[in-house]
Amino acid sequence: MRLIAGLTTTERQTGLFLAGLVTLMGAALGIAGRNDLLGYHGLLIVVFGAVIMIALLRNLDAPEPEESRLSEYYDDPIRFGIVLTMVWAVFAMFIGVWVSALLAWPELTFDAAWASFGRLRPVHTTGVIFGFGGNALIATSLHVVQRTSRARLPDQVSPWFVLLGYNLFCLLAVTGYFLGITQSKEYAEPEWYADIWLVIIWVTYFVLYIRTLARRKEPHIYVANWYFMAFILVVAVLHIINNLAVPVSFGSAKAYSAFSGVQDAMTQWWYGHNAVAFFLTAGFLGMMYYYLPKRAERPIYSYRLSIISFWGITFLYLWAGSHHLHYTALPHWVQTLGMTFSIVLLVPSWASAGNALLTLNGAWHKVRDDATLRFMMVAAVFYGLTTFEGSFLAIRAVNSLSHYTDWTVGHVHAGALGWVAMITFGALYTLTPSLWKRERMYSNSLVEVHFWCAVIGTFIYVFAMWNSGIIQGLMWRTYNDSGTLTYSFIESLVAMHPYYIARTVGGLFFLTGAVVGTYNILMTIRHEPRPLRERAETLGADQPLVPGE
Amino acid sequence: MQLGERDPVTGKYTTGHDWNGIKELDNRVPRVVTFFLLGTILWSIVYWVLMPAWPLGVSYTKGLLGIDQRQTLETAVARGVSQRAAWSEDIERLDFDAIRQDPALMQIVRESGSTLFGDNCAVCHGTDAKGSPGFPSLVGNAWLWGGDAEIIAETLRIGINSGHPESRYAQMPAFGRDGILDRPAISSIVSFIRNNAEGIDDLGPLDTKGVEEGSRLFADNCAACHGANGRGDPAMGVPDLMDDSWVTGSDRETLIRTISQGRQGHMPHWEGRLSEIDRKILALYVTEIAREQAEGGNER
Repeated sequence: MRLIAGLTTTERQTGLFLAGLVTLMGAALGIAGRNDLLGYHGLLIVVFGAVIMIALLRNLDAPEPEESRLSEYYDDPIRFGIVLTMVWAVFAMFIGVWVSALLAWPELTFDAAWASFGRLRPVHTTGVIFGFGGNALIATSLHVVQRTSRARLPDQVSPWFVLLGYNLFCLLAVTGYFLGITQSKEYAEPEWYADIWLVIIWVTYFVLYIRTLARRKEPHIYVANWYFMAFILVVAVLHIINNLAVPVSFGSAKAYSAFSGVQDAMTQWWYGHNAVAFFLTAGFLGMMYYYLPKRAERPIYSYRLSIISFWGITFLYLWAGSHHLHYTALPHWVQTLGMTFSIVLLVPSWASAGNALLTLNGAWHKVRDDATLRFMMVAAVFYGLTTFEGSFLAIRAVNSLSHYTDWTVGHVHAGALGWVAMITFGALYTLTPSLWKRERMYSNSLVEVHFWCAVIGTFIYVFAMWNSGIIQGLMWRTYNDSGTLTYSFIESLVAMHPYYIARTVGGLFFLTGAVVGTYNILMTIRHEPRPLRERAETLGADQPLVPGE
Repeated sequence: MQLGERDPVTGKYTTGHDWNGIKELDNRVPRVVTFFLLGTILWSIVYWVLMPAWPLGVSYTKGLLGIDQRQTLETAVARGVSQRAAWSEDIERLDFDAIRQDPALMQIVRESGSTLFGDNCAVCHGTDAKGSPGFPSLVGNAWLWGGDAEIIAETLRIGINSGHPESRYAQMPAFGRDGILDRPAISSIVSFIRNNAEGIDDLGPLDTKGVEEGSRLFADNCAACHGANGRGDPAMGVPDLMDDSWVTGSDRETLIRTISQGRQGHMPHWEGRLSEIDRKILALYVTEIAREQAEGGNER
């Protein structure tokens, strides 16, 4: 294994020790939870740890890596992370198409409990947000922090610990839903043991990031790193607080939340909204601030605008969560605060989108010709669109129509497909050739195909859900002259049916694009590298000033 | 601030920072951003003054407009009740025949009944009220307990085998499982029923066997409830076996299963879940759609 050959003997031994520890923990969980669903997860952890141990043991005696590695950036975990990102994308988007089809054709569960809507839906959301989005963030953040600090990652073990450990968390989450393990908090479904594991991973990630930044040669910290730092730090805080819970026992997968009633709802949506803010926005803004100017070869439009936007976004988002609970048992004043801060939030959000689009001034011909850059341009546009819609939906009166309808689903997917996924694809198409030392992607036409699949899919999806959501909302609030409701719920469902089918079609387009993209990335990796002589010329620019230790 | 070089495209200076080739222009924050930032903050402050907004320990700022969502809701609910009082009092007070005499009230019954039916009944009886195997049709004019609005309203109130203390109760015994009749005997009874019931047009070779034996067995085992002529008894919720309406099905296999395993349907009780007015509307609505269906059938 080439990846293991890059590690020193000491690092391999450390890895072996850590994998052994994980295996032991898994065994302990499995034994304690042998009469519970927890037993399966114990087994899964043991298998996961054992596979890594075997891989390390088989290569323990491989020769030491060359010293020259320390004068290059450490990109092995990043390459691995890119492949994982695409694997998760295809898997989770496939599940997404399936759950959307379930709403149009409910019999597609095939009478299996694991395939019921309630279990598949979190598999989709966790798979795309944490599997696809999370791996993309880890990979790109470790790439960006090295390049913008001109420093190599401080060690070679902790990035692997973060990447593999994080994917173990994702696996525990997704397999748990299939088995029926969930604490039923949206986007925070995994149970206590998986949550604790993620805390360990996340703290390691944070320390790794800080250590790399501390080693930087540049006097200033680049904007992208502000966003990545905000993402890592705040997600840790959110995750820990929202998941405070007491397990039934150490042998049980079930835990009970520390919060109840409206406090639980408020904590959950403080978490939920800021997961959108700091995971799906701040993290991906970090991505945008590096790969967009890099690809466009243009300077960022305004440093000052970056500052205003960053502090605006980080400060204001933390107040906005209560707009998810308009017209509920939550006190009116909390709703007012959530709504007003959501409105102000629009300004720094649009400032960010504007900063990105204005950066493209002088490079619009590239946007026209280069699908990779076009991915990032469209992402910035969707970011602007979605944040406008978000602030709009946060207005109580608007929310009374939109809440609980498909409009929300459409809004989320305008953000998830249009912004998060598109900026990721743009970043990956920029990153892949450079990391594998290729001149360009295997096929530029396939990037173009992917781009149009993604755009068409997103438009179909979002328009279908806008229509369906507004119709739904109107039907639910239409009264007869006599003062009773005009439509029964089932009539609104019948009215939704064509839109649900359209949504599935949109999702299929998007999934097809992701499959094409994965194929293109894998073919780029397999393709012959550029001749060495040519490579050496460009290599000089892509080397750290601060070597590894 | 130390300025960098001039950007050839825009003619603006950069900040002088350089991160692996990425530079930044030193552009000012566009005025429009400052304007909207101040504007939205100002708007928020005005909104905070007018509405409940900031916590003050155990209380909070109530806002100059004195608006509170609980109050708003209670007012809206009260307004709805008073709006509906124009007709709801009549429906509560009048008996079914009197309501039927009043076209305006019947219009309300049809409007509200349709939504009530869709939200509460359609899940079992179907949006067209025609039922499905195990869930009786409400428009075929074949009623297990009787089809008068009064009786339907009572069925809605207490349910069937529902757990309500006054629930209607009916059970078809399991003649096969409990060892009362053997398989050939059950088969003969099925032949007898299928040869005598209305509208069965899929008679096969098996149906010709044991019809006479079935007739005798029917008299001994079934007539006690279903009557000597098999026409059932709505007073006890016993279905008519000679009409063309079947709750679970009239094919051989289903009938054999019914007789050997028994049946006991379940209809939930709606007292405590739907108001008396709503139940009255539903009872009337159901008789209306049954009547319309019957009339539509005649026209055809």
